[in-house]
Amino acid sequence: MTRNAQPVFAAIKTMIDMFSFEFMRNAFLAGMMLGFVLAVVSFFVVLRRLSFIGVGVAHSAFGGVALGALLGVSPTWTAIGFAVVVSNAIGYIGKEERISTDTAIGIFFPLAMALGVIFIGMSAHYNVDLFGYLFGNILAITRQDLIVIAVLGGLVLLSTKIFFKELLFVAYDREVAFVSGMPVAFLDHFLLTILALSVVISMKIIGIILVSALLVIPGAAASQVTRRYNTMIALSIFFALVSTAGGLIISYFANLPSGATIVALASIIFFIAFGVGQVRR
Amino acid sequence: MKQTAIDSETTQESIVELNDVWVAYDGKWVLKSIYFNCYAGEIFGIVGPNGGGKTTLLNVILGLVQPQKGSVRLFGNKPDKNSRLEIGYLPQISHADRSFPVSVLDVVLMGLYNRIGLFHKPDRRSKDIAMDLLSRVNMAGHAKKPFAILSGGQQQRVNIARAMASRPKLLILDEPSTGIDSVAQEDFYELLAKFRNEQGISVIMVSHDIGVITSHANRVACLNVQLHYHDEPDSCFSTDVAKKVFGEDLKVIVHDSKCATCFRSHQDHD
Repeated sequence: MTRNAQPVFAAIKTMIDMFSFEFMRNAFLAGMMLGFVLAVVSFFVVLRRLSFIGVGVAHSAFGGVALGALLGVSPTWTAIGFAVVVSNAIGYIGKEERISTDTAIGIFFPLAMALGVIFIGMSAHYNVDLFGYLFGNILAITRQDLIVIAVLGGLVLLSTKIFFKELLFVAYDREVAFVSGMPVAFLDHFLLTILALSVVISMKIIGIILVSALLVIPGAAASQVTRRYNTMIALSIFFALVSTAGGLIISYFANLPSGATIVALASIIFFIAFGVGQVRR
Repeated sequence: MKQTAIDSETTQESIVELNDVWVAYDGKWVLKSIYFNCYAGEIFGIVGPNGGGKTTLLNVILGLVQPQKGSVRLFGNKPDKNSRLEIGYLPQISHADRSFPVSVLDVVLMGLYNRIGLFHKPDRRSKDIAMDLLSRVNMAGHAKKPFAILSGGQQQRVNIARAMASRPKLLILDEPSTGIDSVAQEDFYELLAKFRNEQGISVIMVSHDIGVITSHANRVACLNVQLHYHDEPDSCFSTDVAKKVFGEDLKVIVHDSKCATCFRSHQDHD
């Protein structure tokens, strides 16, 4: 063994040590599953231009978390209720001729936040880590959270696979898809619902405010370097996994907040992909 | 001049029939009392200024817009989900989606999704049908290429293959010449005529470009909130001296001066 190899082995040993902590194993497993789910959802978010809906829906989950804290029930379930309702309401009201989707988001996003603040004000003392929900907390992932992420994330992925070609057609051209007999209204609400679910299962580790970045960046970065949807989805998943895994490792060693580190890394990947796309064009 | 139907042709099978259709957006009428008939096997051209209601009229036929008043009949019946499946639709080429990540073959396959059905992936047979359509529009060699990198004319050929995939009885085209150079336009309309002749489909197309409509349509109407029939394309311009002076290429200018009467008569009603 040469002297030069020693730092490499030391690094590998530290990595292995990292996983001797249960919270880190949980966080890593959660991050991998979420990377998969968010990457696939972001593919459609980018193609359908739903980034701002993603931001609005993510923030609306805050109202649900605060309601859970007030009622003393698991914030995950109340957040799912809030996010799914708000997401579909934005989609429904945004279809009205006199209200743009942009306006609908602009109304529901602060409304859900306001309700959240009211709920917090109503509860004399709460024992929910609100800051952790807003920005993510690497220590927060329990075994039960892993099960919720696996079940709901699996549901999102499976149903997306089932409706994939129809979702792609609607993203390609809504009106042609409608005329060709696609169930456009159903698919719209389906997409908004899986968007809401993927936001809620991500909030503990990445955070309500930061998760919207991962609803956009993996798909956006992939779209810079390919024009084939299979490649785009594969790259989107790859970028999301590198972001979550890399972000968690960096946050562990540098003692940085997990959600913010993941988003920062994802952004760097986007700018690299953007640069590569510009050069190749 | 306005007629509800062409008397000599009433015996023909009516593909699309609009009866006294009115549509308003925000309290403003964009379509007023539209009577419209398209018969089997004809290419019907609708011209009119931007904002004259051309796309709205198409949307009424496609079921994307419900009229406030009046009735629509498709293939002799009240329109439903199934009758709409008999329509192939080519929207205006949008340049916003120049990076949409699908191949040429994927686009044509989309036209078959309804037949393939939910829960199923396109199988070998669907791909064979799609490839056959691509060779008919002379694009088979581009099947694996990204749709986004094609020229406007090539995209339009792929779109027509996609629209024909569901074996429609009626093709509806919105501004089919936009973004296509004149050589590609000629190819495109040749293709359209070929599909019409071989499969007996009807075509309804709208355009602001009178030159395109008059050279390729069997019947023409002008639309500016109200519909004004001109029957045979040439009657739109009658024996106008200016046409002889300026020649075929200046049809647009001739049309404007001539059709001013149509447009003025509409304004008188307001």
